Amino acid sequence: MLRFFAKRLLDLLITMVAVSVIIFLLLEFTPGDVARKILGPFATVEQVALLTEELGLNRPVWIRYFEWVGQLLTGDLGFSTTFKVPVSDIIWDRLGSTLRLAAIAFVIMVPLSTLLGVLAGMREGGKLDRTISVVSIATTSIPEFASGVFLATIFVILLGWLPGTSTLSTAGGWPIWTQYVLPVSVVLLYYVGYLVRMVRASMVEVMTRPYIRTAILKGLDFRSVIWKHAFRNAMITPVTVFLLQINFLITSLVVVEIVFAYPGFGRMILEAALTKDYAVIEAGALIAVFVAVATQVVGDLGYMILNPRIRFK
Amino acid sequence: MTATTSRAAGSAFSAWVHRISLLRESPVGMIGAFIILFWIVVAIFAPILSPYDPNETHYEMLAFLDPSAQHWLGLDSSGRDVLSRIIWGSRTVLIVAPLAVAVAYFVGCTLGLLAGYYIGWVDVMMSRITNIILSIPPIVLFIIIITLFGPSVTNVIIAVTLIAAPQVARLVRGITLELRERDFVAAAKMRGEGALYIMVVEILPNARGPLIVDLCLRTGYTIIQIGVLGFLGLGLPPPTPDWGGMVNQGYALLSSYPHMAIFPCIAISSLVIGFNFLADGMREIGLRD
Amino acid sequence: MATPVLELDNVRISYFTRAGEINVVPGISFALEQGEAIGLVGESGCGKSTVAFSIMSYLGGAGRITGGRILFEGRDMATMSPQELRKIRGGKMAMVYQDPMSSLNPVLTIGKQLMEVPIIHRGAGEKEARERALQMLGEVNLPDPEAVFDRYPHQISGGQQQRVVIAMALMAEPSLLIMDEPTTGLDVTVEAAVLDLVRNLRRKHNSAIVFISHNLGTVVRICDRIGVMYSGELIEEGEIGTVFRNPRHPYTRGLLNCIPVLGSDKHSAPLVPIPGQVPPALNRPRGCIFAPRCEYVEIGRCTTDRIPTFEVPDATPHRVQCVRSEELPRHRRPTGSVAAADAVMSNEPVLEVESMKKFYHQTSGMFGARGYDVKACNDITMDATRGMTLAIVGESGCGKSTFAKVLTGLELATDGTVKLDSVDIGMTAVERRPREIKRKLQMVFQNPDSTLNPSHSVGYTVGRTIRRLKRIGGSKLRQQTRDLMATVQLPPDFVGRKPRQLSGGQKQRVAIARALAGDPDLIVADEPVSALDVSVQAAIINLLLEIQAGRQATLVFISHDLSVVRYLADRVAVMYLGRIVEFGTVEEVFSPPYHPYTEALLSAVPVADPDLQQKRIVLEGSIPSPTNVPLGCPFSTRCPRHLGEICDNVPPPERRDAKGHRILCHIPLEELALVEPVFQRPSAAE
Repeated sequence: MLRFFAKRLLDLLITMVAVSVIIFLLLEFTPGDVARKILGPFATVEQVALLTEELGLNRPVWIRYFEWVGQLLTGDLGFSTTFKVPVSDIIWDRLGSTLRLAAIAFVIMVPLSTLLGVLAGMREGGKLDRTISVVSIATTSIPEFASGVFLATIFVILLGWLPGTSTLSTAGGWPIWTQYVLPVSVVLLYYVGYLVRMVRASMVEVMTRPYIRTAILKGLDFRSVIWKHAFRNAMITPVTVFLLQINFLITSLVVVEIVFAYPGFGRMILEAALTKDYAVIEAGALIAVFVAVATQVVGDLGYMILNPRIRFK
Repeated sequence: MTATTSRAAGSAFSAWVHRISLLRESPVGMIGAFIILFWIVVAIFAPILSPYDPNETHYEMLAFLDPSAQHWLGLDSSGRDVLSRIIWGSRTVLIVAPLAVAVAYFVGCTLGLLAGYYIGWVDVMMSRITNIILSIPPIVLFIIIITLFGPSVTNVIIAVTLIAAPQVARLVRGITLELRERDFVAAAKMRGEGALYIMVVEILPNARGPLIVDLCLRTGYTIIQIGVLGFLGLGLPPPTPDWGGMVNQGYALLSSYPHMAIFPCIAISSLVIGFNFLADGMREIGLRD
Repeated sequence: MATPVLELDNVRISYFTRAGEINVVPGISFALEQGEAIGLVGESGCGKSTVAFSIMSYLGGAGRITGGRILFEGRDMATMSPQELRKIRGGKMAMVYQDPMSSLNPVLTIGKQLMEVPIIHRGAGEKEARERALQMLGEVNLPDPEAVFDRYPHQISGGQQQRVVIAMALMAEPSLLIMDEPTTGLDVTVEAAVLDLVRNLRRKHNSAIVFISHNLGTVVRICDRIGVMYSGELIEEGEIGTVFRNPRHPYTRGLLNCIPVLGSDKHSAPLVPIPGQVPPALNRPRGCIFAPRCEYVEIGRCTTDRIPTFEVPDATPHRVQCVRSEELPRHRRPTGSVAAADAVMSNEPVLEVESMKKFYHQTSGMFGARGYDVKACNDITMDATRGMTLAIVGESGCGKSTFAKVLTGLELATDGTVKLDSVDIGMTAVERRPREIKRKLQMVFQNPDSTLNPSHSVGYTVGRTIRRLKRIGGSKLRQQTRDLMATVQLPPDFVGRKPRQLSGGQKQRVAIARALAGDPDLIVADEPVSALDVSVQAAIINLLLEIQAGRQATLVFISHDLSVVRYLADRVAVMYLGRIVEFGTVEEVFSPPYHPYTEALLSAVPVADPDLQQKRIVLEGSIPSPTNVPLGCPFSTRCPRHLGEICDNVPPPERRDAKGHRILCHIPLEELALVEPVFQRPSAAE
């Protein structure tokens, strides 16, 4: 088991190195040179040459790559040309906001989708199953910007119950918690449906297994069959999927962040991208990938804990 | 080779027809198929159905953008007819999304078959690369590609392929790994069939069940992705009528003119629901035979 | 007379699907006294498992009992509340399932799963439940109950898993035990041990048993009575000896004629398959359901009304569902030889295998630093001449399938030679074999569901193979395809069918046609009949023999079923842990001197003949992993004739007699020749 983890950590390292190279090269070899990209189309040739010199951009690529990695490792993420501050001044703050939103959504999402998935999957084809299934397919089919539009129209414009923007300042007169309601709801609508279907599919599959029949014919009541025998088996696959959602959430929240003007991580990357702020893009992308790969490792751990077949080979 | 390949394609086609005829037994799948059919008809007959030129600005109406008798779904902030733009937008989405998915499927199936059939180092290399690409969050990849290379149909397709192809490859690889152990593959080897024949004629046709379901789901998901790109301002270059782009443009005026964002939102949601319902129906009937 | 434990009174069971009601069991009646065991036998789809689950009131969502009554200890189960039902299930009535691995919950320890039973049914506390569980684990002869208690199902072997399931069933001392194919899928020696266990426990606990099986031999080992089912009906029922000695129903007779019995072979007692197929439940014939396949059918009497049950005047109660049972002659197994059995064996060698080894290298450690060899086939030497049937027998993991893969070039030999018509092909992968070699050597695979590509039609599969192997096309190709279909006795219009439209036996016929496409000299058949019902099995075996004789081909027949091997083989190789432990003609291998493993194997085979006396040798433990082969004799860890240290540490010599019979053992042949034969037939059997 330890060896397995060492191997996964090595994988993580390899992935991070590969991704950093890809990102570095992508920004390096796209049309136009870096200094021009930073200064914009209206800078003079001299200005561009000066900045190229200043940034050391005329040295070999691989030297600059290692310099860049070295800087990253010491915590120096570069200077943001858009926000006019060091990247590290803004990025952790934004990441924190996004993680907060993601955490709230996640904490509601997991038990909710588990419960609905188990209820739907325990009697395949029943009325409850059909209702839950159709509704969850429908909600996952609605893009987040669309459900944002629908919910904002109802609760902000027609009813006036909630704020339309979630800037995390109380200037507009809305308490902070009210500003979380709509963003979290939009996230839930989109993701819960997907997760419910995962849990349901897994549950349906488990319920057809002979060991469930064994449990029933042992004389157990239905409730014990579900929670003692089916549930843990049914959660083995979804746990990995749940953890993958953390990874998706961090960046996919960009849509929700834009819809509700929420100062988050994804929105920062998008703004940086639109203004070609390379330091922010690079640092942001690397952090996003790190979160993604790290959650995968945690997901594997969860899988192993739930599944004794892997734990005791 | 071509004869057998086209025969395989023919049987894949008849399998499609067979499946669609089975759909009658799945109400959810039928609803999905009807929604998709509706949008396909709209896209085909866009020139007849749309009341106005989608890019024409109706200056005379600029003071009154709300839905009216002349403009059923109102006008957008540039004074263009929303209904016409939705109708023409269906063309955009129904061309770009399936095209992107088709490219992703071509690449994904090829890689997946190779990795699953040859296993060994080919598989290890491909799995490595796949895992690395899959570890980059899709939105980040989108943002980087579109901002660096500029918004265009080609770049959208490249971005979608880059994200979807590894996932398709992974699916096909899994199926191939299982099928390559079947005795009929051994029997084909024993009569001297080559690797290409075995992959294309022996293995691929038997993967069609899960692939058809995945194809529907992925098309729906791709429509969402393209919509998101449009919404983030990274989509197709203006003035192409594009549903995501229309929401992007209309969203700022949501409080005064909700119709500008709501109608394209309904359009895109309905189309995605159509594909996901169809996928569900396909899965249901797939389980039966 | 006391109330029977179980009584089925004209029980009718249907499944409800989109297509409407499918009546799988039109009406079945039997009763079971305390301590009595009845075996329900029949081919797949005859409804025996449905009956088992209906007794437990567990038919799933689609199944329902639509008529009759099931009385358990005198009470109608249909009137019981869900609570009462729960009390009975697992408490008074328990079940042992086919496939023990999937019947146990993979994420709970064995102890926890066992403890549930006394906790639910006896209100036991943790401690009491634990003690009871440990006691039961000891009672089913598990070596270390304390250790097994804390293990997960996947950590113990298949045989041990089935013991755990049996322990779980007996936990609450049920008065009725239902066993649904409890030994199907287990190796012969493991099966024999589990059957012995059930026999002993039965005496001890005095439970009534309903024992479901497709294998008549296992029923003979366990039960007092036998019930033969056909298409949902119990067509004959009575005491085992009575039914076997005097079968009155034509189907029972047909079934017995299909089963090879140890002691008879293709030269003395041919297998006679039952013509036709079981009618689909949706379309049962009027009158007797067996009438369309029956050689004694009398149109009118047999084909008008449903057949009632008749009492047969016999030594013990004996009932049969046949109007003509009294008129039928006494049953005798057919004698004589299969027309095609006497293929002319020449001395011309076709296959010569010399010291063949196949090792798989397994790597472990971070960069494959440590590695070890899995010795799948070790030092295999054998040969076969033209027209000969060479059988390779052994239990799972003995290397017999690996051997087939090396022959066919799907795997490469690690060492040694494999010569086909004097050309060494052992190290040539199938992709590199010349077309002529591929044409000469073809294979029939085990699993009928995986042998044909589900996307291709029968005609395409067969035609393509002819074209690839013989390079012909056009009308000649079509003609040869038609000829092959006729050879394997399939109607010509089957060329347009897809595999899902075929039965298991038909799929296997297509597979044989495909193997014949290039007129091969050597056909390798890897367990070609093990997935088929006995009546189909008989037909396929006869077909293989016929084809082999007609074409003078050599047949390498790989099987775990000694009865089948005894029936059709000319020469036999017995494999254990990658080694050939015995090799000789079929008569030599099936009579002393035996290798101790062959002897144990023979004594384990369930034989469908209650009059045949069979010596029982119980093998301890399970087959060692091929990664960890004993230093000396491969069989030393389980051998009942173990001599001492020499067996553990010194590789045994190959003892060979003048005629070429080889045994790999430290015990001299003369001594082995003195052991009592496994089978003996008392002369006063009739």
